[in-house]
Amino acid sequence: MKPALSVVLLTTLIGVGQGMFLALFAGQTYAFFHGIKGDHSFYVNGSLVVMGFMAVGLIASIFHLGRPERGWMSARQWRTSWLSREVIVLPLFMGMTTLYGLAHYFNWTESFTYLWQILPVDLTAVIGGIGILVSLLLFLCTGMIYASVRFFPEWATPLTVINYTLMGTASGFTLCAVHSQYTQPDFTPFFAYWAAALTALALVMRLASLMRNSRLRQKIGLQQAIGIRHPDLRQNTRGFMAGSFNIKEFFHGHSPLFLKGAKRFFLLSGFLVPILLLVLGGFSGNESYLRLAFPLQMVGLMVERWFFFAQANHVQNLYYQAIA
Amino acid sequence: MKQEKIQLALVIDLNVCVGCHGCVTSCKSWNSSGSGGPMTDMNPYGSEPAGTFFNRVQTFEAGAFPHTETIHFPKSCLHCEEPPCVACCPTGASYKRDEDGIVLVNTDICIGCKYCAWNCPYGMRELDAKERVMKKCTLCVDRIYDQNLPESERKPACVLACPTQARLFGDINDPNSEASRAIRESGGYALMPEWGTKPANHYLPRHKNLFRVRQDELVRADNPLRIEGAPTPPAQDSPSLDDSTSW
Repeated sequence: MKPALSVVLLTTLIGVGQGMFLALFAGQTYAFFHGIKGDHSFYVNGSLVVMGFMAVGLIASIFHLGRPERGWMSARQWRTSWLSREVIVLPLFMGMTTLYGLAHYFNWTESFTYLWQILPVDLTAVIGGIGILVSLLLFLCTGMIYASVRFFPEWATPLTVINYTLMGTASGFTLCAVHSQYTQPDFTPFFAYWAAALTALALVMRLASLMRNSRLRQKIGLQQAIGIRHPDLRQNTRGFMAGSFNIKEFFHGHSPLFLKGAKRFFLLSGFLVPILLLVLGGFSGNESYLRLAFPLQMVGLMVERWFFFAQANHVQNLYYQAIA
Repeated sequence: MKQEKIQLALVIDLNVCVGCHGCVTSCKSWNSSGSGGPMTDMNPYGSEPAGTFFNRVQTFEAGAFPHTETIHFPKSCLHCEEPPCVACCPTGASYKRDEDGIVLVNTDICIGCKYCAWNCPYGMRELDAKERVMKKCTLCVDRIYDQNLPESERKPACVLACPTQARLFGDINDPNSEASRAIRESGGYALMPEWGTKPANHYLPRHKNLFRVRQDELVRADNPLRIEGAPTPPAQDSPSLDDSTSW
């Protein structure tokens, strides 16, 4: 299908935001177990960065709607629609991020109870814990929007949800590594190594989905589409020579070679080179490696998301194989 | 016996469709001026025209020359009994009517997210480029119940327009309707039943009327002329009818 820039931006940017939230809370946990007195500006500024990415993603998504002024109505069908569920969980996540930032800003770090009688629990931990669940829930909702569309065989797999989660988390950890350089430099190697590990895992899963998609065989053909069981069947005309929504929406118009190039680019820019830079940055402590890794990874992941959409071949395309 | 719900639908006879596009233009004409609002044509006289249609006629070819057959294939919303486009709609704008099974879009609350189009395996939904909401075949819901029209005209515009009567309209759950009888008796089939969407619209297959004649049928076994002997033909020089009546 034709990738929409708005959706590419939405899914990649909120992925970074969600991943960074996971990273912030991972940092808090890391600090607790290592007895490090964390700098609160790390969490407060981090939450602001998360909110920034979520807001830009949300604004981008508006451009995907034909009638954005009615967007608020899209929460109504949460019982059946994953899109509706995402619309509910996304502001919930932003709310949890705001609370998390506020909890750190107001220093609500006094423990009020103990978990298993040994782990002190404070308000930041409770809000962060709930935020983690909401973040993962949002990954699930976003991924399921695509994975639940069975008419795109390339998407209809659990790998879609796994990949959305892993790529978002990996890029969030990369951003958190950059962010920690300014506010909490002793956390930087922790984030850099974890970002490298998550990016590597995301690469493995993305390669798995690429392999799966390259082996996909179309089970339904023209015979089933029009119900004529003739072995030699082809389309003479789609019934019109002008443009239509179905042509514009479901065909990207690029050559297979272009797609191949995009795939190679995102494998390098989104995964392999950032892994190298993250490991180098974590190992050497050189700030410029990480500062280069994040934008490079973002560009790579945006191209990856473009490819994700472009590669999807809708079943309806069976009806549009010849103009005249 | 359990009373089946009413499910209005079209039954399209591929055997008689001649691909004249009469249903396409009639649909566009009625629905552009009907309660569904305009079906916008963008840039109609420019280099890249595009427009919204509820109904298209496509043409396919089967076989290799000279043994080819042309198949004209009208295509509009199938009003599925299990419509995947309804459950996925985030606002509830896409819905299926309880009273007659027609799948409709409430364009007043449609946000134009296109998600329903992604969830239609038949590609029967089109986003109106100007109104920015999803449009689709309504089975002419604004005319089939219109009491101001004579009863014979309370049918979808495409059905009325078809010169070969390739389009039948009716309740496919009523065993006595013309539509369900055609499905039952003429081998009506649904498109891509593998998806489990249970399309309400059905197609009647193409068939050839073959009359098989055996060699022994070419000569009448009980030919009375052969039994009793053929009469002797008149001689060449015997007077003809003209000779006897020319006076």
